[in-house]
Amino acid sequence: MSKIWVVAQTRADGIHPMALETLVAGQELAAASGGTVDALVMGDSVSARAAELASWELGSVQTLEAPALAAYTPGAYVAALAAAIRANAPDIVLFPHTYQTVDHVPRLAQALGAALVPEVVSFEVRDGAVIWRRPVLGGKLQADVRAKGSPILASVQAGAFSASDRRQGTAQVSALSIDVELEADREILGVEEVAGEHIDLSAADRVVAAGRGVGGEDKLGVVHDLAKALKAEVGASRPVIDSGWLPRDCQIGSSGQTISPKLYFGVGISGAIQHLVGMKGSQVIVAVNKDKSAPIFGVADYGIVGDLHEVIPAVIQALEETEGD
Amino acid sequence: MKIAVCMKQVPDTEASLRVRKDSLWIDEEELTFVINESDGYALEEALTIAEKTGGEVVVFSLGGERVREALRKALALGAARAVHLADPAFEGGDALATGRALAAAIQAQQFDLVLTGSQSGDAGFSSTGSVIAGFLGWPHAWLVMGLEVEDGKKAAKVTREMESGVNEIVRLALPAVIEVQAGINSPRYASLKGIMQAKRKEIAAVTPADLGLGAEEVGAAASLLETLAVFFPESGKGAEIFEGDPADCARQLVEKLRKEARVL
Ligand SMILES: Cc1cc2nc3c(=O)[nH]c(=O)nc-3n(C[C@H](O)[C@H](O)[C@H](O)COP(=O)(O)OP(=O)(O)OC[C@H]3O[C@@H](n4cnc5c(N)ncnc54)[C@H](O)[C@@H]3O)c2cc1C
Repeated sequence: MSKIWVVAQTRADGIHPMALETLVAGQELAAASGGTVDALVMGDSVSARAAELASWELGSVQTLEAPALAAYTPGAYVAALAAAIRANAPDIVLFPHTYQTVDHVPRLAQALGAALVPEVVSFEVRDGAVIWRRPVLGGKLQADVRAKGSPILASVQAGAFSASDRRQGTAQVSALSIDVELEADREILGVEEVAGEHIDLSAADRVVAAGRGVGGEDKLGVVHDLAKALKAEVGASRPVIDSGWLPRDCQIGSSGQTISPKLYFGVGISGAIQHLVGMKGSQVIVAVNKDKSAPIFGVADYGIVGDLHEVIPAVIQALEETEGD
Repeated sequence: MKIAVCMKQVPDTEASLRVRKDSLWIDEEELTFVINESDGYALEEALTIAEKTGGEVVVFSLGGERVREALRKALALGAARAVHLADPAFEGGDALATGRALAAAIQAQQFDLVLTGSQSGDAGFSSTGSVIAGFLGWPHAWLVMGLEVEDGKKAAKVTREMESGVNEIVRLALPAVIEVQAGINSPRYASLKGIMQAKRKEIAAVTPADLGLGAEEVGAAASLLETLAVFFPESGKGAEIFEGDPADCARQLVEKLRKEARVL
């Protein structure tokens, strides 16, 4: 029987949505492995957050409270988690794969000498062992991996599980106490908005998104022409922005904008998960890519395999030819 | 300041990939390898800081013979020296095994700062820099989009990317490990002079024994993760794909978008 913990990250407005997905992953893993699942909520005062999980089917909701956990720092979080894990010996600890957990869970794994499986998208229990599936090579391939030792730490990728699949029940809240010094290893100076955000792509009906495959700033003409023909806004994947071809506020994805237009038209974009989370909700997804196995085709409704510099002018022409009928 | 940069060589994102016969990894034989994207940005950041504050940049890479090419490129860009964790025993590790080896190599010299990328384009653990920091006992920050060493070189102001268009600014005491995100700067190109000079710069090859590590503490032997298989993902609901003559494909697509999807 495996004892599973889900560390439920919180935000100012409640439990992090990805933590809810991870709780569902925990419930499914418990069902598949014949184990139990508990949630762990940490902070300086988290009773309201813990209460949000009262109607979930969980062994318990454990709270881990300390003044040093008020603001996130890896020093305090790793020390608290390591102490709680050592004292309670869960077999598997799941985290949502957020920017915050990626910042400190590897360090927790190092402190515990524990295996870490990042970015889990699914799992299977085979002969009592969990086989974890995760993307490799920018999502072009996936790998099935097995982890050794105990505990096993794993982080669950966004969108792999759905919070609406949760099993309802009741969960008792109880407090966990730890007896260690918690020390911040960084001083928090403040937050700032990322420059830009003047272009609000989330309001657009149609978005043409340019990827690295376009090949250069000087080759963006076809993308703008297509956007014009479709009366669409122009967005982009991260490398296009990083290379300075388009401004930062055009970025679509986990560190950019989240869009759900009627039509998303991706050009020369491979479809890495960090991009997909920003556009998966689009009504109709079209992709043009020369690589037939590009992961973007996995979420697309329509795709053309070919060189975008040949395909896009042809699409523009076809749009013009059939206009108005 | 003396700055260490850890770099990994990964398949070019343009490369077409094939699964190896044993299914345990991709066939690397005819692949083009490049410096991992965010590691290139880390190197640029290190070179800029070293130019401003004085000091030198030393690059570290773990892997087979081919990674010497990446190290040579870093030397051409301005790094002073390179350390190659060259023994086959180093290979096939998870982030813990790789981080242990790199931390030991870094510890053998005195550094004020260690820079790495945020995520590799192959295994994609997003962990190695933090693990190195854990072994060194230094503070770290992941996904860094701004780095400013403060006067006196005792601390650094770091801009950390967060979800939803917000950055957090934090101060870390030095020495520290900073995991750089792609886009933090504009990497330079190598000059002819740089390429010539690189030929005379040192690439020191080290083994686990040189670092005081047993062969069982590094690489596949120490790895807590075992890959059972890699494969191309099943493509979800599956797109309707057009292939062949661009004009034909375009016409079919536009027809579908008008009549079936009704989004035009
Ligand atoms: C923490 C973190 C956050 C991130 N946040 C984001 C984010 O918010 N948004 C984002 O987009 N990315 C983000 N990324 C980066 C992401 O992981 C990918 O690296 C990125 O999305 C890849 O962009 P791309 O598809 O344009 O480039 P690539 O992956 O290089 O793909 C280019 C594609 O173009 C195709 N191609 C090339 N030439 C042609 C041609 N002539 N005709 C047709 N097709 C062609 C290729 O086959 C390939 O599929 C993030 C990464 C990290 C680590």
